[in-house]
Amino acid sequence: MTATVERRRTNRAPYLLLIPAVGILLVGMGYPLIWQVVTSLQEYGLKQQFGQPAPFVLLDNYIELATNPQFWTVVAKSIAFCLVTAVITLAIGVLLALLMNAVGKAPRIILQVALLLAWSMPVVAAMTVWIWLFDRRRGAVNYLLDMIPGVDMNRFNWLETPTTFFIVASVIVIWMSVPFVAFSSYAGLTQVSDEVLEAAALDGANGRQRFFGIILPMIKPVIAIVFLLQIIWDLRVFTQITMLQDAGSKSSEFDLLGTYIYKLGTKSQDFGMASAVSILVLAITILLSWFYIRSLLKEDEK
Amino acid sequence: MRARTARSLYGVIAIVVAIVWVFPVYWMVNSSLLPNVTLQSFVPTFVPFGGSFANFQAALADGEFYTALGMSVSITLIAVFFCIIFAFLGAVAISRFRFRGRKSFIIAVLVVQMLPAEGLFIAQYKMVASVGLLDSVVGVSIIYIAAVVPFTIWMLRGFVAGVPADLEEAAMVDGLSRFGAFMRITFPLLAPGLVASGVYAFLQAWNEFTVALVLLPSESAQTLPLWLRGFVQASATRATDWGQVMAASTLVAVPVIVFFLIVQGRLTSGLVSGAVKG
Repeated sequence: MTATVERRRTNRAPYLLLIPAVGILLVGMGYPLIWQVVTSLQEYGLKQQFGQPAPFVLLDNYIELATNPQFWTVVAKSIAFCLVTAVITLAIGVLLALLMNAVGKAPRIILQVALLLAWSMPVVAAMTVWIWLFDRRRGAVNYLLDMIPGVDMNRFNWLETPTTFFIVASVIVIWMSVPFVAFSSYAGLTQVSDEVLEAAALDGANGRQRFFGIILPMIKPVIAIVFLLQIIWDLRVFTQITMLQDAGSKSSEFDLLGTYIYKLGTKSQDFGMASAVSILVLAITILLSWFYIRSLLKEDEK
Repeated sequence: MRARTARSLYGVIAIVVAIVWVFPVYWMVNSSLLPNVTLQSFVPTFVPFGGSFANFQAALADGEFYTALGMSVSITLIAVFFCIIFAFLGAVAISRFRFRGRKSFIIAVLVVQMLPAEGLFIAQYKMVASVGLLDSVVGVSIIYIAAVVPFTIWMLRGFVAGVPADLEEAAMVDGLSRFGAFMRITFPLLAPGLVASGVYAFLQAWNEFTVALVLLPSESAQTLPLWLRGFVQASATRATDWGQVMAASTLVAVPVIVFFLIVQGRLTSGLVSGAVKG
């Protein structure tokens, strides 16, 4: 008798414990997600903002997007920005991890503290500093570049043309993201045993062979996950682009997916289209995340 | 001998990289201490000799700062408090019990964890607006808790699982109730995990920009990041008092840097098994 009561209680306990978390997720994420899926299938523009019923138009919003060259430009730019930024971040991060591994204690700690300080900066604070650094007239970047003989960067306006605008954005995102990559790769590197490396060295493997033959395969899982996360995060840079637009121009040439959705929603009040783009961004994210989530699930089963 | 030269060469490179990487942070503090006259000169001043805290006084004299501070503190406290409780209960459920739906719940949590705010903010805006909670602490807090709970559950799960259930059972054999055993044995062992996830939630809520931008449209209901952004926005139209902006940035950044350094070790070790949301 008591045994059944006990079992029933333990059977119910986990569900009771999950109520608050599931509740808040349904309210904060679940409902908006469903609303967004429904709205992406409706015509939901300015008229609907003022209370008119929203007619269902099925896939019209998506079809309109697919045939809108401006949308494709934004998608292409976002993907290019994300890939370039993520690859450079990964390369620098891994190199810095190798550097940490190769130097003595003092320089390593100095480097780690510097990276930690950069990593810990709140995005908005970091953006204000970077905008100040890239300031046309009084910015330190133009001043320092100007000192290089033969380079004239006096009053160069970085935020004026899309190319230099996105270079600045990329530099900032790389600066913010490298510490994460460097520290996780370094954590991976410290797992590589010295004995194996020494044995390889004794067998005549040179530095390059040791890197590609031993070190790289051993830190590959970490690097793969970190790279995936960088791609996912760099696809949705919003704060950085918004604030650079604050300091430069709000013209649509400077948009990536995040700001594109934001403008569709706030400026054009076209929630139907904004929802459709959002759904596409979510779909891409989940697709990309799947590999990451699978690796986490394996971790859970252990 | 050659190895030694290589080693010291790498050391020099490491220090140069460190200087480059820390430069923006240094520049923020440096500029915050310098008077505007100095900052407007064509030759930058690299060391803040003769600097003062005047910029900080000016930034703090801005009445909006205290409103924004109040908003940020209330939202962050609410988010951290509820996030820890909800996530703790959730973490106990998934690491102490095997039940139907456990795996689906874990997958759902991990998927939600990856969803970008930029992919949901239109819908969240509409929802919060429809219940009249725009410009309120409650509206933003709800979204923040929902956004941070998934990763916190995942983070705490490891801590809860790290406390052997045998320990609890032993205490129960010694006469404690299940709840008593949990509170007396497991809970104290979890304290570091709770602190770490609390700080994580703090960092997320304190730094958050996108959701706040959408859900707090009114000037009088800004959080600190929005207040800070206002300075840059103003700079597009009039000459910017960069010293004051940098002082404001420093004010916003310092608590974050301090807390971040506290949990840093835990964040880096947790990276491989479950990454930190950027």
